[in-house]
Parts: sequence; structure tokens; C-alpha cells
Amino acid sequence: MEFQTHSSPHTSRPNRVDKVMLQVVMALIPGTIALVFYFGWGVLLNVILAVASATAFEALVMKLRKRPVLPPLFDLSAVVTALLFAVAIPPLLPWWLVVLGMAFAIIMVKQMYGGLGYNPFNPAMAAYVLLLISYPVEMTSWLPPQLLVEQSLSLGEILSFKFAGTLPVDLTLDAITMATPLDEMRTKLDLNQMISEIRTSPLWGDFGGQGWEWVGNWFLMGGIWMVYKRTITWQIPLAFLTGLVGMATLFWLFDPESFPFPLFHVFSGGAILGAFFIATDPVTASTTRAGQLIYGAAIGVLVYIIRTWGGYPDAVAFAVLLMNMAAPTIDYYTRPRVYGHGGAKNG
Amino acid sequence: MYVEAKRGKSRELWKFHGGLHLPEHKDISLTRPAQQTSLPKRLVLPLHQHIGVPAQPLIEVGQHVLKGQKIADASTPVTAPLHAPTSGTVVEIGDHPIPHPSGLPGQCIVIEPDGRDEWSELPLPITDYLSADTKTLRERIRESGIVGMGGATFPSAVKLNPGKPIKTLIINGAECEPYITCDDRLMQDDPQRVMAGVRILQHMLQSEECLIAIEDNKSEAILALHNLVQDDEPIEVIRIPTLYPSGGEKQLIRILTGREVPSSGLPAQVDVICHNVATAAAIADAVLEGKPLISRLVTITGEGIREPGNFQAMIGTPASELIAQAGGYQNNPQQLIMGGPMMGFDLATDAIPITKGSNCLLCPTSEELPRPEAAQACIRCGRCADVCPANLLPQQMYWYSRAKDLEKVQDYNLFDCIECGCCSHVCPSHIPLVQYYRFAKHESWAQEQERRESEHAKQRHDARVARLERLEAARKARLRKKKEALDKKPPAKKAAKPEATDKESKQAAIEAAMKRAAEKKAKQQAQPKNTENLTPDQQAKIEAVEQRRKATQESTPEHETEQQS
Repeated sequence: MEFQTHSSPHTSRPNRVDKVMLQVVMALIPGTIALVFYFGWGVLLNVILAVASATAFEALVMKLRKRPVLPPLFDLSAVVTALLFAVAIPPLLPWWLVVLGMAFAIIMVKQMYGGLGYNPFNPAMAAYVLLLISYPVEMTSWLPPQLLVEQSLSLGEILSFKFAGTLPVDLTLDAITMATPLDEMRTKLDLNQMISEIRTSPLWGDFGGQGWEWVGNWFLMGGIWMVYKRTITWQIPLAFLTGLVGMATLFWLFDPESFPFPLFHVFSGGAILGAFFIATDPVTASTTRAGQLIYGAAIGVLVYIIRTWGGYPDAVAFAVLLMNMAAPTIDYYTRPRVYGHGGAKNG
Repeated sequence: MYVEAKRGKSRELWKFHGGLHLPEHKDISLTRPAQQTSLPKRLVLPLHQHIGVPAQPLIEVGQHVLKGQKIADASTPVTAPLHAPTSGTVVEIGDHPIPHPSGLPGQCIVIEPDGRDEWSELPLPITDYLSADTKTLRERIRESGIVGMGGATFPSAVKLNPGKPIKTLIINGAECEPYITCDDRLMQDDPQRVMAGVRILQHMLQSEECLIAIEDNKSEAILALHNLVQDDEPIEVIRIPTLYPSGGEKQLIRILTGREVPSSGLPAQVDVICHNVATAAAIADAVLEGKPLISRLVTITGEGIREPGNFQAMIGTPASELIAQAGGYQNNPQQLIMGGPMMGFDLATDAIPITKGSNCLLCPTSEELPRPEAAQACIRCGRCADVCPANLLPQQMYWYSRAKDLEKVQDYNLFDCIECGCCSHVCPSHIPLVQYYRFAKHESWAQEQERRESEHAKQRHDARVARLERLEAARKARLRKKKEALDKKPPAKKAAKPEATDKESKQAAIEAAMKRAAEKKAKQQAQPKNTENLTPDQQAKIEAVEQRRKATQESTPEHETEQQS
């Protein structure tokens, strides 16, 4: 009898890329729902817009590269990029900025380097930084959490603003938007206010801003679930948060009235999202386990430095992109000791 | 981790990096004891079923051979002889498909059994092996054609000559690959034979301790052997955790001793020697009964087999006949694997013989072990690195193998890869990683060969250039000397010389040269020619000498005439 031949091993493979990506998508759902709950329909519109445009751009590039279009769509990597981008941008961001961001992420940052697995930079974060630098006003105009406003915008009003740029006659953009808690904290600190003074504003919750801290909690749950499912390893999130908390604790102990307490940093801005979902992007992160500790910790430290002394209120995107550049070098110097190469007991 | 061992003593075990818990599928073939098989219609015996130099046939086509008769051997140290598994007639010596990953045929002796299964005269049993010297025992093991039966097929006698004291003798009964159960069956059905072999090995190596390592999923085998261990011997049966690839030699040494075999080194360097349980049993047969290695236990399993089980098969039995004895195929299988699912290789046909290293024929259905889907891009998740038992970085090695950057792959310790398949198994992108490493290894070997050859050519070229320069310098020195001599000579004396003398001396010189040439020619003819059957190396040297000689011959007469004129 004749048989086909193939290379070993001959087992059925338990893991799949699309399964990994799907787990990331699932882990993002609680935090995304929380965002919608606190910040309104704009978030959901961003998600839909980003996913649709990312998928379209991915398909377009595959067509241009004369490659099969469907496999890269089904690996869900573009969806993950779109989701990460969508939950990082302000809910009222005009539609064309969302599409522009996705075009840059998928075409320039991902596909031009060869597609999934070949991009040196995190596409979602690169797009975020592009928009932040080019459109700083739009990118820093957040809605206040719905807990704090008496009358929130309706879905129709949000749609008309996002797509046509028009607001109800009695409202101005300044009236409905506000700075993020991180932004607020920085601005007030720059005015030499004490933290105890700053925190008397109704904006603040237990750790970070009202609403914000809860979004962070839900992302944290998704993140812990991913660690449990081994979708991601524990090294990067743990090192990230340790780096951030370590720096924050150091300066907070030094002067608690000028430097916010550590948990404020953890539950504000993109720290949790960054630690569990963005810095853990395997393609652009360090790949050795020891390297991941260094990589994660360095991002945490950088986030603190940029938040405290840099020009932008939040820093996850910058810190991640900076460390993306360092990842190959970190990998090179953190190679594990191979069996039989000294260091063992041997005797 | 402490594990209960002999006499309630605890033994510390070590862990190797990575490893996998795989679905075992061992029960399929474990349900009944090993079966005897009927005499096959033909036996096909590959001459090269061990590591080392292929054996050369000692018999001719048409010759009648007896069971146990040596039919092939070689005189080099690393080789193994081959014996007729039954009595019959040699009908052919030629190329046949053999179980090899390349799928290329190899030279085989084909025997048609006469059905009488008549034994040849066997060497005398060495029952009192304790008083026999190790050299005699080693010679017996060599002559019996015993090789490592766990799959490595390294000649056992060579391995038993470490040339240094051995601290730990490890008997490998781990059998960590899924599906395979032949060692388990052997230990359960024939523990005395295994134990006898272990004692012989222990006696030969005089090791401080002898550890029989068995994965903890084989409780019956552990018990069977443990019950035979006596209190006064340094032998222990060790229960090791089931974790693929604990049966890999390097991994097992690490588990039991905490020592690591140095990269590209041998276990003996860390005072360890490993032998498989089936090898131990074969050694017992050879020493205690004088029987050579002519049959082995083979697991025939998978959902494509009607009655899976273990079979005592003669070496050379075609796989197709063995499968027929296991009830034949069922469920339309698409694949036949020699060995286990992790490290075994696919066979293109079942018309290949069982060899000394064949432990398993696995015939899965396509639902049981589906073909992997098309590979996707590596997302650098690092799961491969987490499971690698050699603690390599498979994702980086893949990257550089793909780029054919061989130097870089070797820098990432490509040659420490044992090709266990763990990385490929867990890869979410379904990249055939092991295949890339095999490719890179072969490319590296080819490159090394090429490098050595060009090095050699360069040496020859450099030597030639140096020689030509030397000759040129010598010639120039002579010319200078001559010129100096001429300048010193008074011109008047030259003119006074009569012309006749000049002519005479020239004539004499010519005669002398002719005489010398004749003598030389005679001498050369008288000498026996040893220039046949030379290696290219020797040939090259001869050519170099010849050239040198020619050059000197050309210059010598010139020199003489110059002096005379």
C-alpha cells in the first residue's frame, strides 16, 4: 500500500492564530462595554468604524499584493488592531480620523512591512501616535463620564457630530468635552496646585477619574483571563505594572502633594489596557521570557517618565513604540542558557 | 521533587526545560501481551540498519543460510554484523526500499525462508558472566549485532567501551512517545530477561549506581522490574513523571542526575551511559544464550489497524506482512509512520522491512492525526521556546533558517536541537519548525564540507605558489653566482682554450646525461608500483612530488652545462 509522506511531528495541533486573536477580542469585550456605558455610543461607533475600515484596508492590500484575501481576514489580527485603536481614541473623534488611523495602521505599519508577524511597530499604537501628533485637539477632547453630566448626547447627535461635525444649536464642543483625568492632573499640577486640592473636584473617584477607574478594572479582568488562558504570558503585564508602580511609589513617597499616588497611575489613562493588551502584542514585543520582563518594566518606567515630565498627558503609546525599537536588542541579550552549555550542576 | 523509590528511600529528580503533556493513546496497543508472528514469505535485511559503516555481505546469492548465521559484517570499529533471522536461501542482494526518512532505497540481503527455522551453531552461552572479562562480553555483544533498540541504533559494544569509569548506568524504559508500547510490553511480559541484561551491563561498566527509569504511566512495568531488584545490588527502578520527551537521552540524564551532557558531547563525559530496556534484553540473549539479534518487539497501532498490539517480528519482515498479522488495515488510513507521532517519519509504502531500530508502525486515520493546515506567519508568541526541552529559541532559529542565515542559526545553537517536535506541535501558526531545522542542519553540513574542500584546494595552491617562488629564487641565485664567476675569470684564459676540448667535454656531458637517464629508467621499471588504489589525498601528494621532481630535473642539467661552458 502507498501513503502520502509529511514531516514530523504528526500530531493534531492544539493552537491556532485565529484562536489566540479571538481570545484577545473576547478579553476586550468587558472593558469595551464599560467604556460604552461610561462614555456613550461614540465608543461603539468607533469600534464599528475601526473594525470595518481595518478589514477593508487589509483586504485591499492583499488584493494589491496578489495574495489570497480571506486567510488574513480570518486570522482576526486586523480586528484586534482595530479594537485596540478604537478603545484608545476619544468617543467623539470625527469618522475620517478613525479611518485615517486605520489606513495608516494596516497599510503603512503592518502590510508595508510584510503583514502579520513582520511589523516592527504596534500598528494600533503607531496610528494613535500619528493622530495624536497631527490632530492634538481632536485626540485630547474626551467626553466626561456620563455619571457627571446631566444630559448626555443622543445617538443621533453623536452620529451627526462624528459624520457631519454639527452639534445641537445650544451646545459647543468645549461645553461637552473635557480633559482626561491624567490631563487634568497635569494641568493643575503645572499650576502648582496640591494634589489634595485637585482631588476635591467631583471628577475623581477612588483611584483615578470617575468611570475611568472602572473601565480599567474591566480591562484588568479581561487581561487576567488572558493570562489564565495563556493567551499572553504574565511577564510583560506584571513587569509593566511593577515598573510603573515602582516609579510612582518612589516619587509619591518623596512628595505626595506633587506626585499622584501609585494606583492613580495604574487606573488612569491606558495603563491597564497597555499592560495586558498592547505591550503584550507578541509580534512587536520581546520574545524571550527574561527579555519580556525587561521590556515590560522599561515600558512601565517610560510611561511614568513621559506622564510626569513629558509633553503629553498619557504615554503608553510612546513608551510601547520606543520599546518596540529596543525589542530585538533585548532578545539578543536575553537568550536562555541552552542545555549542555555550561552553568548546569554537572558533577 | 522527591519520588518514592526502592526501600522507601527518596531520590531527588531534576526537571528539564519545557516538555509536553501529550494524549498518550497507549492503551490501544496494550490490551494483550506480545504476539508471536508466523514466518514471513520473504525477509529483506538492509545492510545499513545501524549508525556507522554499512556491513558487507558474507554470503552469495543462492547460498543456503541457517538461523542465527552471520550474513554480513564489516571490519571497522563502528559497525554491526547482520544475522539470518531464519534458515533459508539468499535469493538476492540488491537495492530495496528501506525505512529511512529520505525514502531512498538501500542495499539489502533478501532471504526466502525454507520453513524449517533451523538454527546454526551458536557461540557458547556465557552463563557465568561475572567471571568473564568485559572484553569477552563486549566481543560477544558486537558479534551478536546488537545496536541501540530505542531507535538510535548505535552499536552497543562501542557504547560499552567508554574508556573511563562510569558513575551512573541509566536503563531507559521511559518510552515517552505517544502510541508506542513495545518497551512497556517487554518489561511487563519478560522482566527477567530485561533484568538479566541490566545486570550484565552493570557488571561490565561497574558503575556506582544503575537506574532503570520508567515513566509513571507504566505502573505494571515499574512493579514487574521493581520486584526483581535484590537488596544487595546497586540497581534501582525510578518512577519519573510522564512528560514528553523524558525518554530523550539528554533529558533523561538531566532528570535522574541533574547533569547535562555538554553540547556536541557524549553522556560518558558526565560519567553516564544510557541503554534502552530492549537493548538490555537483547544483550541478555546474546550473553546467556549466544543468540544474535534477529527479532524485536514492534508496536503496530493506530485507528487504521484492525487489531493493534505488539508483535515479536523477525528483523527483515516486511511491514505489510506484519500489518496483515495485526488484522490488516481499516478505516482507509492515509498515513503510515515508522516510530511515534512526534519523531517518527512517514513511510511512502508498507513494502519496507522491520529493522533493528523499528519500534513502532503507526497507522492513524486522517481524523486521528489530521494533516496540519497551511502554515501562517510566525507571530513570535514564544510558545515554542516555552516547550523546548533544549531551551532553545525556536522562533529565532526559524527566522534565520528561513533567511538561510546559517551562521546565525548555528549561533542560536541549531545543533543542540534534538528534533523532538514540541515546538511544531504547539505553534499556533502551524509552521513545520522541525523541518526548517533539519534543512538548516543539512545545509550547514553541506557548507562545512564545501568549506573544507576549498580550504584544501587553497592549501594546495599556496604550496604551489611558494614552491615556484622558491625555485625562481634559487635560479636567480645561481645566475648571479655564475655572473660573478664569469666576471672574475681573466678573459685571456678563455680565448687560449682550444676549441676541440670544448667539443669533447660537451660530448662527454651528453653521454653522461644519457647514461644517467637510462639508469633511472631501469630503476623505475624495477620498482614495484604502489600507485594503484590511492585516495584522492595521496594522489594529490604524489602529483605535487612529481611536479617538484620534474622541476629539479629541468634545472639540474642546465646547472651542469652552465658550469661546464
